[in-house]
Amino acid sequence: MILMGRTFGRPERWRMFFKQYAKELEQLGVNSTGIVLLISFFIGAVICIQIKLNIQSAWMPRFTTGFVTREIMLLEFSSSIMCLILAGKVGSNIASELGTMRVTQQIDALEIMGINSANFLIMPKIAALVSFIPILVTISIFAGILGAYATAWFGGIINAEDLTYGLQYSFTEWFVWCGIIKSFFFAFIIASVSSYYGYTVEGGSIAVGKASTDAVVSSSILILFSDLFLTQLLTK
Amino acid sequence: MIELKSIYKSFEGRTVLEDISTIFENGKTNLIIGQSGSGKTVLMKSIVGLLTPDRGEVLYDGRDFLAMNKKERIALRREMGMIFQSAALFDSMTVLENVMFPLDMFSRDNYRDRKKRAQFCLERVNLSGAEQKYPGEISGGMQKRVAIARAIALRPQYLFCDEPNSGLDPKTSLVIDDLIHDITTEYNMTTIINTHDMNSVLGIGESILFIYEGRKEWHGTKEEIFTSSNERLNKFIFASDLLQKVKDMERTTREG
Repeated sequence: MILMGRTFGRPERWRMFFKQYAKELEQLGVNSTGIVLLISFFIGAVICIQIKLNIQSAWMPRFTTGFVTREIMLLEFSSSIMCLILAGKVGSNIASELGTMRVTQQIDALEIMGINSANFLIMPKIAALVSFIPILVTISIFAGILGAYATAWFGGIINAEDLTYGLQYSFTEWFVWCGIIKSFFFAFIIASVSSYYGYTVEGGSIAVGKASTDAVVSSSILILFSDLFLTQLLTK
Repeated sequence: MIELKSIYKSFEGRTVLEDISTIFENGKTNLIIGQSGSGKTVLMKSIVGLLTPDRGEVLYDGRDFLAMNKKERIALRREMGMIFQSAALFDSMTVLENVMFPLDMFSRDNYRDRKKRAQFCLERVNLSGAEQKYPGEISGGMQKRVAIARAIALRPQYLFCDEPNSGLDPKTSLVIDDLIHDITTEYNMTTIINTHDMNSVLGIGESILFIYEGRKEWHGTKEEIFTSSNERLNKFIFASDLLQKVKDMERTTREG
């Protein structure tokens, strides 16, 4: 709480804040696009194959596969599971970066200069991840659906028309918003928890490694718990 | 001038600093020496405010640092420059960006003037041409020089150096020592250096404070070191055979 109090304040210089913000946007957001695309594409394809081969039967409508694939991507995968994956990538990145800055006295150097190091280092990370996460969620949804289409176009697993019909069937726009709203909370958890573990490192390289692991584990657990709570709250 | 009055600091019941009172004079290179674990780094951290002493006063030209509010402390910190043992350069920034950083944060000058000042500081430490390199691409000695350039960018009143020669060869150490000494005179700063490098003591030790087990044991100049009768100081200083021989030669010359 004390750290958060120090983090959320008026930046010393807005120009420097935006410079840091742009840097974090690239490092935490733009550089995560590749992994989000890759994982979402394959998971979308695999979900589609699994539903088609293991769940759909002659008794079910032909649009079932497309419908279920869309709902899984929108409601859980592109927001919650994708954020769990990002907790691993981005969380460890943040914790190890700040931890290394702490043990190499770079944070002390900022403090000596009279700079609020928590505000200067942590706030741009939180702002960048929270503002870029809706883009990643949207990319993930589209990549997943593209993966599902790939099974139709290249695998011949499902008819593309059935898939399109299923993807469009009984579409609820609110579900897209649910995913985006949830991702805001998850982004905040990833950035703030990982920053806390990195910023408060004491010791050397082993401590930095431990902080990195703790950041990923704690962020993941918090994401799972808040997912439970938010899902109940948003889909009531 | 920085004055310490009865500084005490302990960690979990273990006293690390005990009743340290001294004056670090303006325009001089003030050295704090002592064995590893004697409390030098804790003392320096207490002076710059990275640690808060349990008791005592730290006076910066009469201004009590410990009694200041947050705003006043931040303002005073902008008058300080510090060179860390590990140089503590920001590794995501180039050499030029590192030196420009304090200027970007606090100077009201335009970009051109800020860059000019940073380049001047880099020239002052003989590092022109390394502007676009990253800290990981330059040697330890060059990193220390960048740290000096960054520390003087805002023309500080007080300069703190924590083991500036650590990890450097004797020749580079001399360059760093001379640079710190020259800059201290040039900017008329109060400079405090934490060291256990005897070359530094004999080279630039205008005022030397010897700390032993957290207490002030001796205070004097480099000239006085050779004539001091303080046993603990002699044991520390003349632990090296070479320095013992120098002392013997001094004595022989004086007696002869």
